[in-house]
Amino acid sequence: MVATNERPQQASPGSNGGAAATGTWTVKSGLAQMLKGGVIMDVVTAEQAKIAEEAGACAVMALERVPSDIRKDGGVARMSDPDLIAGIIDAVTIPVMAKARIGHFVEAQVLESLGVDYIDESEVLTPADEAHHIDKHQFKVPFVCGCRDLGEALRRISEGAAMIRTKGEAGTGNIVEAVRHMRALWDGIRRLQNMPEDELFAAAKELSAPHELVKYVHDHGKLPVVNFSAGGIATPSDAALMMQLGAEGNFVGSGIFKSENPEKMARAIVKATTHFRDAAIIADVSRGTGTAMKGLEIGSIPANEILSTRGW
Amino acid sequence: MTTPTIGVLALQGDFAEHIEMLRSLGVDSIEIRLPAQLARIDALIIPGGESTTITRLLDIYALREPIQQLGLDGLPIWGTCAGAIVLAKEATDLDRPNLALMDITVRRNAFGRQRDSFEEDLRIPELGEEPFHAVFIRAPIIERVGAEVEVLATLADGTIVAAREGALLATSFHPELTGDARFHAMLARWVVGRRS
Repeated sequence: MVATNERPQQASPGSNGGAAATGTWTVKSGLAQMLKGGVIMDVVTAEQAKIAEEAGACAVMALERVPSDIRKDGGVARMSDPDLIAGIIDAVTIPVMAKARIGHFVEAQVLESLGVDYIDESEVLTPADEAHHIDKHQFKVPFVCGCRDLGEALRRISEGAAMIRTKGEAGTGNIVEAVRHMRALWDGIRRLQNMPEDELFAAAKELSAPHELVKYVHDHGKLPVVNFSAGGIATPSDAALMMQLGAEGNFVGSGIFKSENPEKMARAIVKATTHFRDAAIIADVSRGTGTAMKGLEIGSIPANEILSTRGW
Repeated sequence: MTTPTIGVLALQGDFAEHIEMLRSLGVDSIEIRLPAQLARIDALIIPGGESTTITRLLDIYALREPIQQLGLDGLPIWGTCAGAIVLAKEATDLDRPNLALMDITVRRNAFGRQRDSFEEDLRIPELGEEPFHAVFIRAPIIERVGAEVEVLATLADGTIVAAREGALLATSFHPELTGDARFHAMLARWVVGRRS
């Protein structure tokens, strides 16, 4: 017996005559519930993944280049190399996410076969389909998708997204778009909540979203899935700002490993996300985090390089 | 006698769902993020989430030792999924200190990755005849139980997924996600039993 690396034998569900059900909506949306109040960090190597886990990340996003480098390099951005993703899966025990291009259902099939825990159908990569997103109901692995407002969120959920993130503008280190999208999302939710029921049909048409989901938002005053913030978080205060604006957790991309001291910044952003209402703690964790990533003014980005307008 | 208050550790994870379940039973709860908030609780729930994240934050905010002490003093504590990992004396693959209160060994991610997460009905005699619909998400299992530990639920192959040791309760699954409040009601009964 030489296989020292052998995985322990797995426990087996469903021995009650096959009663166990995998890939259900409850377990897909349920994993997002477990991530709440946490920070999901972009990592490009197994070493970075370990730093993120050690700092308290609740999951990592495995990719070849962080968004700010994708922006700099230009060209077509695609799913990451399976070797890189597998290396990161082996390096950490927390959930591992990876990105597929919008509409590229084969990239999603590949990621599912690699054992990725969540797929981000992401505008940060170059879209593969300009009319159709992935039919996410066909997968056992759950998906997270970006949105700029309520209509976009509900359209993604109707396609099977089990988690939503507001898009922001990835790779800029500028929080302004993240704030715009989070406020727009909640504005849409509050409008529906206060709307008489007989107006929900027209609202569904206006939002280009199914009436059933519109009715859910009206009844519950929230999305039927967990909603994180993304795209522009670069400091602990940015992270806490998004939580106070209604995010249930944060995705941080370039903001950590493009800062002067990634380890310290990672820890500080985790703490600020947990204690998002406690200004004294946010002040404390912000001390000596070093220089945050250099930001980009949104107005200085050519219109065709804006990522958040990808998807619809 | 004042009404009991159950603390829910709110460092990370699905603490809001536990609070909602307690509210449905008319039980008061408070979110625990800092040690001072532990002063007035009659029981503690450690929610689902990421056990590595929760254990790290327990240490950073100096919550580990005060909660350990409360556990040793007999405070009822219930851990769901990640919470069970935080509660266990031994947890495989967890390279940082947890509460180490309950005499069980827990194996993390024992069923595999997210695609292997599942839901299934369990028979739990302690909760009555009606099966309990259990949701397992990247769930741990209880590999070993100490002499004082009572097994509450197993899968059909004998894998232990719920256990109790005195006032300590561990479940591999997430009763807070199903709307079935029988575990939450059991915890509330322990509180009342302890106070009377």
